[in-house]
Amino acid sequence: MTKVKTLADLKKLREELQKKIHVRESGDHPESTVQVKVAMATCGIASGAKDVMVFLMEELEKRGIDSVVTQTGCMGYCYAEPTIEVTLPGHEPLVFGFVDKKKADEIIEKYIKNGELVDGIIPITYQSINENQEEGQQ
Amino acid sequence: MKDLSLHILDIVQNSIRANALTVTVSLIVDKDNYLHLSVIDNGTGMDKYQLERVKDPFFSTRTTRKIGLGVPLLAQKAEASGGFISVKSKEGKGTELLASFLLTHPDCPPLGDIPECAWMLMASSPGIRMIFKFKGAMNECEWDSDQIRTELGGIPLTEKEVMTGILEWFKLDFSNFKGNI
Repeated sequence: MTKVKTLADLKKLREELQKKIHVRESGDHPESTVQVKVAMATCGIASGAKDVMVFLMEELEKRGIDSVVTQTGCMGYCYAEPTIEVTLPGHEPLVFGFVDKKKADEIIEKYIKNGELVDGIIPITYQSINENQEEGQQ
Repeated sequence: MKDLSLHILDIVQNSIRANALTVTVSLIVDKDNYLHLSVIDNGTGMDKYQLERVKDPFFSTRTTRKIGLGVPLLAQKAEASGGFISVKSKEGKGTELLASFLLTHPDCPPLGDIPECAWMLMASSPGIRMIFKFKGAMNECEWDSDQIRTELGGIPLTEKEVMTGILEWFKLDFSNFKGNI
């Protein structure tokens, strides 16, 4: 594998990789892509969201899960930072609080791979009775 | 915030939220041992009212709560280490933040893992052009996410070999830059 020392080396690396791997077009299958958003506002960053995000990006790639990891702002759960929002294809988004690397690993292994719920979910998707009724009327 | 790289992540987040398409982060070491960090974006910018309150921790444009600590915390760090902070902004044009730190000051924050921070910002915001520039008396370098994406074709930045390669390159450049300090 080429040692990358400059921008030009990336091209060599690309040529080597293209022979080896089938380039996945991201956004090709949005219906099967797992979306992960890491809350990266001041509160999140100060409690270690960067390490969690790097961990998620590396591990999801390593474990061969078709996924997109992006950043989002503060969701208003500063007390529970770092928080992440996981959207499995065809599911409602779920927010997990107090996510460190260990928790992130558990979320990947149990929730993302098997759809099994784990501790630490913040009930963001609950609707109040009023909201439900309003939707019913529309 | 433990180090400067985390502050950069935080400040760039403001630019992203202001719908910036290009964000330029630069670190310059001058001959008087000052480190100048600047974050320049072409986002929505701030109006006069917002700009006056940019260092006020009890002001935020967010609606989730009334507190915004990103810029105030950076200002505190800069001022504690013999530096200063200035923010210029024009509505519809963008915002320019400059923070300076005296490197010889005992309260100057550590730089942190800036290569990882740069890679992360580039990989996680594909629609935004991120440019990192470093300049000192002895050398300078630049990382531009648009150029990197062009060189890579369709291969994502998170691909294992690509990530390792980019981080190797960034770390080498960054350790050269640290030689200026």
